[in-house]
Amino acid sequence: MDTIRNEINRDKNLARLLVVFLMVFVICTALKGSMFINVPNFQSMGKQFPEFGLLSIAMAFTLFTAGIDLSVVAIANLCAVLMAKFLTLLIVPDMSSNAVFMMIAAACLMALVVSVLCGALNGFLIGVVGITPILATLGTQALFTGFAIVMTNGSTLGGLPKQLSATINGGVMGIPVPIIIFSVLAVIAAFIMSKTTLGYKLRMLGTSAKASTFSGFDNVRLFVTNYVLSAVFSAAAGIIMLGRFNSAKADYGASYLMEAILIAVLGGVDPYGGKGNISGVIVATVIVQMVSSWLNMYEDISNFYRQIIWGGLLIFVLIYNYIVNEREKKQAMKG
Amino acid sequence: MRAFSVPAMFCIGEMFIIITGGVDVSFPAIASLSMFVVCSQLEDVASNPLVFFLVAMFIGLVVGILNGVIIARFKFPALIVTLGTSSICFGIMQGVFKSREYPLCAPLKELGEMKLFSATNPVSGLTSSMPVGVILMIVLIFVGWFILNRTMLGRGIYAIGGDVKAAQRAGFNVFGILVFIYAFSGCMAGLIGVLRSTMLLAVHPNNLEGMEMTVIAACVLGGVRMTGGKGSVLGAMLGMALLTIVDNSLILLGISTIWQKVFTGAIIIIGTAASAIQMKRNERTLAIKMNEGGK
Repeated sequence: MDTIRNEINRDKNLARLLVVFLMVFVICTALKGSMFINVPNFQSMGKQFPEFGLLSIAMAFTLFTAGIDLSVVAIANLCAVLMAKFLTLLIVPDMSSNAVFMMIAAACLMALVVSVLCGALNGFLIGVVGITPILATLGTQALFTGFAIVMTNGSTLGGLPKQLSATINGGVMGIPVPIIIFSVLAVIAAFIMSKTTLGYKLRMLGTSAKASTFSGFDNVRLFVTNYVLSAVFSAAAGIIMLGRFNSAKADYGASYLMEAILIAVLGGVDPYGGKGNISGVIVATVIVQMVSSWLNMYEDISNFYRQIIWGGLLIFVLIYNYIVNEREKKQAMKG
Repeated sequence: MRAFSVPAMFCIGEMFIIITGGVDVSFPAIASLSMFVVCSQLEDVASNPLVFFLVAMFIGLVVGILNGVIIARFKFPALIVTLGTSSICFGIMQGVFKSREYPLCAPLKELGEMKLFSATNPVSGLTSSMPVGVILMIVLIFVGWFILNRTMLGRGIYAIGGDVKAAQRAGFNVFGILVFIYAFSGCMAGLIGVLRSTMLLAVHPNNLEGMEMTVIAACVLGGVRMTGGKGSVLGAMLGMALLTIVDNSLILLGISTIWQKVFTGAIIIIGTAASAIQMKRNERTLAIKMNEGGK
């Protein structure tokens, strides 16, 4: 019975998001007309949202388990910096194009391995040592950013092979490559969350860690898996960022942390754990990107106003969700 | 002492909040915002430095109350709410007021140049002086200690951190106390922001960014428990002192500043791990004792 109710609730949330999506779309179109609806604009949006979309999914994973991962952006940057170092050190000018691609693939693989280690460290600190997620990831955030600073000496790493940015900024049949990466990973994430026992166990862990223990789940392993998943998605975002900026730096995308939390919460993930799904997060990502692109079209709105809007929106959405939940609870009580 | 006093003052407000089981990451934003607003807007209006401080405190108070009301009324995770208000504050500062480095106006500059006493190192010839802000720090530390240990409010803060429901049943005004501590933290942030500018003799809008990490780390190192209910002013101050000393000795040891963040991260992790392990051990011995008692 409960699962049926959950199903309805989940769909309600998604339906609400789709309505918001349509509303934003109509408003943007009405106010900016042909400037908003054209292929180049959609393409540029498509290149931008995958990076913080992936970070939002990474954040969503940890919010499911009633945790939080403040180190997502740090992991993304650390991976990007490592890849940049690796590529600039090992690629010589007269290398064949195939060899370069091999190198890039090897670098990506290395980034993934590093991200698994980072995530495992987070999971270890939270699951085994028992540090609260906020503190543990606050510490690792400083640690990872610190290593990235040490490796770059605080400066920007450039001089990457052309093939990397060409691949990331290119497209297959007009669809930007980042979107393809994002779609594949998002489908995987959604599948893990809603169709596998792992997803079920994570949700359980988020609802109540004690109940999860007594159900015989290995909480430590779940925490580690959870933060590794989060870290791998962050690394993917890092790879996309590396290709898009064609450079790496320890403090790129500092504002993405706020955006990632905003999107996850907007997408219906409950910061107290156990509630929400990936499809909501995906729709929320697209909504935020649309608003962002639309704001870009007004030249007199400075970038910084966006911070005000995101902050305000985050608090508004929290309150709105709270009120809706309360009302549903009351109705359920009456029924 | 110069490097110590500002984060130490932030520690007091933050400590109150952590003891109730929350966390506030918005105070650097509040401090920066109010610092920049008073320094850029009041320059021609006021000549008494007190006015600057009062207006800054008022701005901080407003944001703090906003934080407190939202967190206490809806019971949202404090981290997410304060992250939101922090973003709003930085946004207002940079977007609406177009912040940039700003020369300090005369009345504040005079205040900043006042010294308690100066000490000259006979060997290196370097002069360092005790800034006036230190007095304020001592006062604040005392106020913090007094509230926590000698008032009903302090009991309430600990009670909420221990168990919100129990605190409510015991008759504490949970809503009021929560709003008070966030308002206090915000108000102090405004004050400290202006003070910081007088100590630097200039207005650096982004100077405080990232300080929340150091302050939270200091509190936790000093034994303030993140899940609430435990912590003391002395502990937090010692934690802050440890971090400051580590930072300074890194420089003295000739280790490049690029390593600073790695060390901060490592210290946070080690410090929190130590207290987490200790807590686990305590729980285990408690469980064993209870088992033995049952037999």
